[in-house]
This record gives sequence, structure tokens and C-alpha cells, in this order.
Amino acid sequence: MKLVAEKRELSSRLFRISAPVISIFVALFVAGFLLLAAGVNPLQAYLEIFQESLGSIYGLSETLVKTTPLIFASLGVSLAFRMQIWNIGAEGQIYMGACGATAVALFSGIESHLLMITAMFLTAFLVGGLWAGVAGALRAVWRVNEVIVTLLMNYIAILGVDYLIYGPWKDPKGFNFPLTAQFSDAARLTEYFDTRLHSGFFLALFCALVLYLFMERTVWGYEIKVIGSNPKAARYAGMRTGLAIFAVLFLSGAIAGIAGFSEVAGLQHRLQHGISPGYGYTAIIIAWLAKRSALGVVIVSFLMGVLLVGGDSLQLSWQLPVAFAYAFQGLILFFLLASEFFIHNRVRLIRGERHA
Amino acid sequence: MAMTTLLQTRHIRKTFPGVVALDDVSLSIAPGEIHTLLGENGAGKSTLMNVLTGLYRPDRGEILFDGVPVQFSSPGDSLAMGIGMVHQHFMLVPAHTVFENVLLAIDGVPNFFSRRKFQQKVQKILDEFALDLDLDTPAWKLSIGAQQWIELIKLLVRDCRLLIFDEPTAVLTPQESARLFKVLTRLRDQGKSILFISHKMREVMEISDRVTVLKKGRSLVTLPRGEYDENKLASLMIGEDQIPMWIKPACKYEELALEIKNLSVRNDRGLADLDNFTMKLYRGQILGVAGVAGNGQKALAEVLTGLKEATSGRILAGDRDITDSTAKSSYIAGIAHIPEDRKTIGIAPDMTVGDNLIMKNFNSRAFRRWIFQDRAAIRRNAVAKIDQFAIKAGPDGNPIRYLSGGNIQKVIIARELSEKPSVLVALYPTRGLDIGSAEYVHKVIIDGANQGMSTILISEDLDELLKLSDQIVVMFRGRLVGCVDPQTTTREEIGLLMSGEVQK
Repeated sequence: MKLVAEKRELSSRLFRISAPVISIFVALFVAGFLLLAAGVNPLQAYLEIFQESLGSIYGLSETLVKTTPLIFASLGVSLAFRMQIWNIGAEGQIYMGACGATAVALFSGIESHLLMITAMFLTAFLVGGLWAGVAGALRAVWRVNEVIVTLLMNYIAILGVDYLIYGPWKDPKGFNFPLTAQFSDAARLTEYFDTRLHSGFFLALFCALVLYLFMERTVWGYEIKVIGSNPKAARYAGMRTGLAIFAVLFLSGAIAGIAGFSEVAGLQHRLQHGISPGYGYTAIIIAWLAKRSALGVVIVSFLMGVLLVGGDSLQLSWQLPVAFAYAFQGLILFFLLASEFFIHNRVRLIRGERHA
Repeated sequence: MAMTTLLQTRHIRKTFPGVVALDDVSLSIAPGEIHTLLGENGAGKSTLMNVLTGLYRPDRGEILFDGVPVQFSSPGDSLAMGIGMVHQHFMLVPAHTVFENVLLAIDGVPNFFSRRKFQQKVQKILDEFALDLDLDTPAWKLSIGAQQWIELIKLLVRDCRLLIFDEPTAVLTPQESARLFKVLTRLRDQGKSILFISHKMREVMEISDRVTVLKKGRSLVTLPRGEYDENKLASLMIGEDQIPMWIKPACKYEELALEIKNLSVRNDRGLADLDNFTMKLYRGQILGVAGVAGNGQKALAEVLTGLKEATSGRILAGDRDITDSTAKSSYIAGIAHIPEDRKTIGIAPDMTVGDNLIMKNFNSRAFRRWIFQDRAAIRRNAVAKIDQFAIKAGPDGNPIRYLSGGNIQKVIIARELSEKPSVLVALYPTRGLDIGSAEYVHKVIIDGANQGMSTILISEDLDELLKLSDQIVVMFRGRLVGCVDPQTTTREEIGLLMSGEVQK
């Protein structure tokens, strides 16, 4: 007797939709044991996660605040994924975008709000794009693996920003904390409802829409899909794959860079140590789970936002370590990936027969 | 002469969904002989190898080894019996040294082993066959020929009794081949059995003790040395099928469509894929290109369609020089391409039939408005093409990878012909297709010729070439070795040219 996995062509719609939902419940179930081991009643904890993140205006606004950078970064990552280019460097691109926007905010001296925000946005876009574009150029010209380059450039970006805020950009009136001076009002995004929710969130939604149109409706989106589906066929069809690789990584980094802009202009109002607690890495998970679709990115980013805010509250009220939130994320990813396997394969038990 | 047999197959049959790969193969191999398996591509040689090495299980028939019926359920089983194979694509770990690669093949190496003991064992084999291989060189640094030696040594340290070589000389220079043959003869004299697969007639004549001809999945005949000659083998291999004639107007040879002058292309290893190749193609002509696979046909197609760069020489289309064009601009210059490997380079498998149909001209005004794709136009195009070419495309939005091979080929043809090309380069366009689909492809080519399209038809199927071509040229080692008229030529003549005989 042995277990055999067989490919199945198309599974039923019901199953394709229910499988991820089931897998989230399985993840919750398994995580329950971790909670039990930590001496916490899982049901209470889950209730609290949802209450804290969705149950009040404040909680919901905080969830959306966390969702915002996740949407940007995941859109960037998923764009590259569509072409089978693996951008692991969204984290660094967020930092570079934030850094570019900060430079404009601190040193340009622009007074008009609209002009200032536009300049910050464009700088973040450009800097994030060029940062990822380095990996794109290396990949296109010398076939250097973009995974390694984008990943390692994260460290350069994060430590580079640290240098600036510990050194030349440090706020002289900041009691020696590693942060820059506060931005002027012109360099701040509008906030709503007396919460921290800022216009960056709506920009993120708009960005998702634009990217959706870009991928599904434009000639370039078509090219990206062909290259992603089969680079040899693309070359055979006369597409310039090298240029496309650079362009896609540039755009991917640029969109992640906007996350940095949105964080400093909308939320922190200054550049400081650790402006992204790993959004760029979470974005990889989100892009994968969202099956690289723009709408999926928005939904999954929101779910991750719920988890982040809920996880924070667990830390506060139950003294659970941060690691728990990560473990939880990991479990969900694990079971979702497993469900993928079951959607595409049928597992059967067959009696072993030696002789045909 | 009563011979003992080492391995015998009886009435082996193996089918895949829709294809009979092996129909009825009986074959026996004696100890201490070099037995050659001869057959065209698609005759079932590879399938038979995979049956003998335990990769496939036959549907019917039996295999006897040493007179005992055996069942292989994995390659490990047949290796344990002493059947080893040198594959066309080597199975080496590139970063490992020669010695480490060989060591991988040895069973029962203890966790703590005496390197010297094993090294001596390997060195002994090297010395015996006078192979100058340094055991400490990493495999990737070695020439292809030397890498093949490693594969051979791997089988020898295992004491394999039957060694299978799958077209071993395909990747070797003539000198390396000569050396390989010396070693093979020597192994034979030591009592090893060798199953040698080739379709190069000259080698077969040189080395074989017996030859078995395989055609369309059946073992036709086994002949001992002395009872065959090149002509006989060629006619056996190619067969004597009746050629159905097709009504097409004869080419007038008036207007030149394409001219190739002294074209050379070198591959990654620096060997010449095309060597001083010169050819003329006229408007409305169907030019058949015959040749054993791997003699430069693919390079010819790729250089014509801009996927490969020419090292020297010129390609002229009318009065334009298109030698240095990329795939895009040569398409515009009117050259369409049906690629050899439709699934790996012809289509984007995850995309719909409609999307695949516009892959070559997605940028044309017909399918876009400013930067946006005109989905309605793409859809109309898909509906029209699916209807015109009778493509079974399945439900709307179905990814093309769910289509059958014949229908995928139809999509590619529909796409390539949609811009009314002046030249079509078709590389093995009917390989793997059922008869109906193949006939359809033929019809498309003939219809195209009637409307003035010229076709370069590269094929291994002589029936196809004789049926369609106005003229057949033969390629050997990247050179054009002959040019024959399909009305007056014989299969034997083409067969000999394919094996590198120079035309008288």
C-alpha cells in the first residue's frame, strides 16, 4: 500500500474557495495549542484579536494603518512575481523610499502642501525604483540572481538609513534619539476621523486599481505575463526580455518605495530607526497568498493587518512575546500552501502491486 | 550458429495514451557482442532503452536476463542486474571531481572509507583503457568527451555486464568517436555486451557485430555482420511505404525569396552548427531539408528567425539584408517560424488561446488602443482563428496547456500565418502529431505555396519531404551535402547523403 498524489485538472469552485478558509481554521486550531502552552485560553485570545482589530473605530483605523504599507509593498513584490522575478528586497526599497521622501521633506524647503507631497512621492518612487533597478540591471545584463542581490541590498538600505539618523540627519533637538527632525505640516498627509488613518491608505487602494489595469489591460501587462509564463516563448515572439526585467524590477521597487513615503509622510512624520518592522518580508508572503492578483493583495494585506494589530494587543494584555504573532503568520502560510497542494492534486491510497 | 544470450526481450509492447511507442519488439543480445539498434527518430529506440533500464514497465512481453524472466520496477533494479546506460544527457554532478562522481556510482562505500583503495580501483580502469583523466578535476571543467568517459567508468566500477550507449557519438568529434570505438571493441573482447544506438550509418557499419532495425515500434530484422550493407540498412530503416502524391503547382524558380550566403553559426562550445551554408529559396517553393537530427537544422531555423546570431555570412530577403535582425524585425520582414519544440518555445502555457494567438503581433494597431489592449479585437481574432483552423480550444478562457499537441500546433500555425508571411520556416512541424493533424499541416503549407509563400520544411520524415517538396537539400554536420529532386531521387540516395556520403 502506498499513498499516491495525482494531478487533477480543475477542482470544483466550491473546493477552491473553501480550501483556504479551512486551512486558516486549521492554522487557528494548531496555534491554539501554542496559546494553551503559554497558558492562554485560545478562544478568548482569538476573540480579542478580532475585537481589538475590527471591533472599534480606533481598532479598525489601526488595522488600516498597518494594511497601508503592506498593500504597497505586496503590490510591488507581486508585480515582479508575475514575471517570475523574485524581489525579496521590498524591505530595503521601503527604507530607500522613506529616505528619499525624508530628504525632500527636510531639505527642499517647498512650502506648498501639494508640491511638497508630490515631490516626496516622486522621489520615493524614483529612489525605490533605482534601488531595485540595480538588481534588475545586474539580472538583465549578467544574469546575476536577483534574489541574492535584492536580499543583500536590504541590509545596505537599512544600515544606510541608520547611519543617516544616527549621524548627519539626527535631530539636534531630539535628545540624541536616532531620529530626524519632525516634518513641516506641508510634508504630512491628511489624517481622518481623529485617528492615525491617513490618505496613504486610499493611495494604496488607488495604486492597486492602477496596477490591476496595468497587468490585465495594457500591452505591457500582456508582455509581462507572456515572459512570466514562458521566457523562451517571449524571446521567440521578439520581446525584449532584458529590458522588461529591468523595467519590472524598477517598478516593483518603486511601488515598495511608495510604502516608505506613505509611512514617513502619513504616520511617523520623520525618519527613524526601524520604520518598517518587516513589512517588506511580510509582503512576500502576501504576494504569494494573493496569487499575485491586485485585488487579492488588498484582501490578504487587510488580513495581515488584522493579525498584526491583534497580535500587538495579545502582547499587551497577555504578555505574549512578539514571536507569537510571527509563529501565527507562519502557521497560516504553511497551511495555505498545503491547501494549494490539495487543490491541484488528488491523494489516493492504492494497494501495492508488484506485477503489472 | 547457436549463441548464448545475455538479454532477451520477447514481444515487448508499450503504449502511452494515444500513442503506440513500442508495438512488438523482440531482440536478443549475446555476451561479448556489440549489438546496434538502428531506427529513425520515433521508431521507439528511446522507449525500448527506458524499458530495459527499468524506467518504463512494458504493457506486454517479457524480458529475460541470463535466461531468467525479470521485472524491473525502477532503474535501480536493472542496475543491480548489471545493465547500465550512458545517457545522451550525462548524469554528472558538475561541481564534483571525477573521482567523487565515480564514487557516487559505487554501492556499499562505507561511511569511513579508504580513499586510496577506491582510487586505485578507479585508476586501474583508467590505465586499462589508456584514458588520461585526472581524478581530481571537477567534472564541469572537462570536455564533453571526457565527461562521457566518466559515465562509462561509473558503469565499469559497477561491473555492469550490459552497457547501453544512447547515440554516444552525437556529442563527440570524429577523433573522440574513434577512441570510443576502440574502447568499446576492447570491452566486447573482454566479454561485455554492448547495445549501441545510432542512426549514423557509417558507425554502424564500422562497429556492429549484429544490427537490429527498429521501425514504427517493431523490430523488423536482426542481421549479423556480413549480411548487411549500407543500402540494405537504409532501405530497411526508412521503409518502402507508398508516397501519396499531392497536387501542387510546380515551383517556377523565378523570383528569389531568400538567399543564404556562406552562413556559419558557432554554438556555445565553439563548434560549428552551420558551416559555410549556402542556399537559395524561390517564391512559392517548398524546400525540404533532410538530415539526421542535430546536424544543424535547428541552428538554420534559429538563425533565419533571429534567435541565433550568425558568425559569418549573409541572409538576404529580397534586397534586404536580415542577417543581424532580432526575432521581431525578421517577423516583420516576413519570416514566420514553426518551432521544433512547440510546448517549450511556441506558447505561453498559462495563457489563453486568444492571448497566445496574438503573441507575435500583440503590439500591432489591430490589437491595441494607445497603451491598452483591445480585448474585444483579441477575442474576435480568437473566435475567427479557432473557426478557420478548426482548433478544439475548449471552454472560453481555457489555458492553452490543456489543449492536445495537434491543437497547440494549430494555434501556432494560425498565429504564424496570420501576418501573411513570405517565408515560413517549419521545424519538424508534424512531429508527434496524429495523421489527421499532420495532413492538416501539409495542407496549410501547400495552400501557402499556392499563394506564393515559400517554405523551408525541415523534417526527419522522408515521406513528408518527398510528398511536399519541390527540392530536397540534405544537411550533414552543418553543411549542405546534397540537393536532390524528389521526383527522381531514391530513399537510398537521401539516406546515404544523410550519413555524410558526398554526392557524386
